[in-house]
Amino acid sequence: MFWSTLLMSFREIRRNTLRSILTTLGVIIGVAAVIAMVTLGQGATARITSDIASLGKNLLFVFPGSARRTTTVTSAPPLRVDDARAVLEEVAGVANVAAAAGRSALVVYGNKNWRTGITGTTNNYFEVREWGIATGRRFTDSELLTGAPVCILGATPRRELFGNQDPLGAQVRAGNVSFEVIGVLTEKGRSTFGDDQDDFVAIPLATFHRRVAGNTDVGVMYVSASESTETSNVQRGVEALMRQRRGIPEDGEGDVIVRDTKEISDLASKATGVLTALLGAIASVSLLVGGIGIMNIMLVSVTERTREIGLRLAIGARASEVLLQFLVEATVLSTLGGVLGIALGLGGSYLAAHALKLPFVFIPQIVVVAFVFSGMVGIAFGYFPARKAAKLNPIDALRYE
Amino acid sequence: MSSAPLIELINVTKIYGKGDAEVRALDGLHLTIPEGQFLAVMGASGSGKSTCMNMLGCLDVPTSGDHLFRGVEVGRLSMEQRALLRRNYLGFVFQGFNLLARTNARENVELPLIYRGVRAKDRRARAIEALGMVGLAGRETHAPNELSGGQQQRVAIARAMVTNPAVLLADEPTGNLDSQRSDEIMRLLVRLNAERGITIIMVTHDAHMASFAQRIVQFKDGRLLSDEMNARPA
Repeated sequence: MFWSTLLMSFREIRRNTLRSILTTLGVIIGVAAVIAMVTLGQGATARITSDIASLGKNLLFVFPGSARRTTTVTSAPPLRVDDARAVLEEVAGVANVAAAAGRSALVVYGNKNWRTGITGTTNNYFEVREWGIATGRRFTDSELLTGAPVCILGATPRRELFGNQDPLGAQVRAGNVSFEVIGVLTEKGRSTFGDDQDDFVAIPLATFHRRVAGNTDVGVMYVSASESTETSNVQRGVEALMRQRRGIPEDGEGDVIVRDTKEISDLASKATGVLTALLGAIASVSLLVGGIGIMNIMLVSVTERTREIGLRLAIGARASEVLLQFLVEATVLSTLGGVLGIALGLGGSYLAAHALKLPFVFIPQIVVVAFVFSGMVGIAFGYFPARKAAKLNPIDALRYE
Repeated sequence: MSSAPLIELINVTKIYGKGDAEVRALDGLHLTIPEGQFLAVMGASGSGKSTCMNMLGCLDVPTSGDHLFRGVEVGRLSMEQRALLRRNYLGFVFQGFNLLARTNARENVELPLIYRGVRAKDRRARAIEALGMVGLAGRETHAPNELSGGQQQRVAIARAMVTNPAVLLADEPTGNLDSQRSDEIMRLLVRLNAERGITIIMVTHDAHMASFAQRIVQFKDGRLLSDEMNARPA
């Protein structure tokens, strides 16, 4: 009986192809929206994770400040140039360390100017961040040692100041210091958080200290852990060493923050996860609206087919069988909508992922959930019309015009 | 050719509405129908014949009095049991045919067999046989809108008899047909009655149609006005 009811409902749906498609449109769109939101959300998470990994492998950031109080960055004493050497030499598993300090400045070339960040650092910086030179060269040892007025441009200031011109050998001015351009970095593009990673000018750390800042502070250290080391071990080692160097007792509160890129990527994943859940929830509201659409059309269908229902009851259909028929019809409709929605959602998010340059992440669970949920929508919203059909009086129904 | 009573209505009264709006559709009706009879029911509208047909079709139950079907008191059955009784013993033919639109003749005829739980293969064979019996061999795949009125009614008759019912209830089966088609339908009903022994109860306005039956009853005000055997059915 159930099987023939199922076949009967398929026949009914085929008898009214256009109306069936329009009926399920709400569910199709709802399911497609849920699938697309979750799939793209996962794609964004995957992208962010890989972006953060591209900051550099096994990279740790070390900067002054208390982990407990976010406002104390300025009150904690700055790092020193020696700290970098000490970390490299004394902490196990450290492959490379780059010290850097920076500030914002207006960089001028000819009649053009560009506000950007000036970063004083060493060649190690390009190592730990896996950053290549597009044209020109890195700093020489003597330039680093003597604080020569030379600079390496990020891709953005190079474009803004020089356009199509060759910048090598040109003099740019920041404040009252002139720098000779000796190289240009390769382009990294926007970071996960939307800021332009290429928008800075690198100069030797000693130059920065002597000619720009007027002190010898180090703002941040980039510590790359060697391949085989757990970054958490390095993190603990750096924390202990800095505590010792800064004269803070074992049980005192550290005033240096060591951040793992993995930690950052976890945080970002969590944030996009929340966003994905939110978008998915909003999308599932449209699935609910789709269910109401099915209910409306099923109610119309029951009215339209009153005589048919009367006939079925007259020739011996039980009320429960009429109920089952309409319930199955609604459920088959919505499940069909679910299947089409899944196809549309996956296809759409595949194209969108391409357009947004996100990876396409196929999540089988969400497909199963969407399928089951669309079926449940059919049962929930099909019940009311089906019960209306089953409760019809066959005599009145047969006479219905 | 009367035999054991198939259906008995004993002092049946049917009242619709309450108080001032009360309508006595049937008022102390007595009617006994033996197995195998072809009965024509006549009467003006409002005479109670439709109410009587609904009752004979087990779609309705008496307010008082007894309706016996093969000795079973129908008025005491639940909705569910009456549905099963209709499914297993009754066939219906309506004035308006009531075929499922956009569903071909064979599938229309198969419908009651679906509710009887007949397997698809057997359903198909029996539906084709029934369509052959009503002279529609070769029209199995035609949809109702591709058939004439007379053909549609024959599909409906095939649908009613495909289950080999004990009783076929026909409510003005020729009401929508011209006289030539009507005669064809009547001859088909006579044949079914004679060849298969199916009891036929037919409501009609038309004395000519009634003349095909073995017995003619006239309704007036919820009672029988006359009850005559037709000496020479047409």
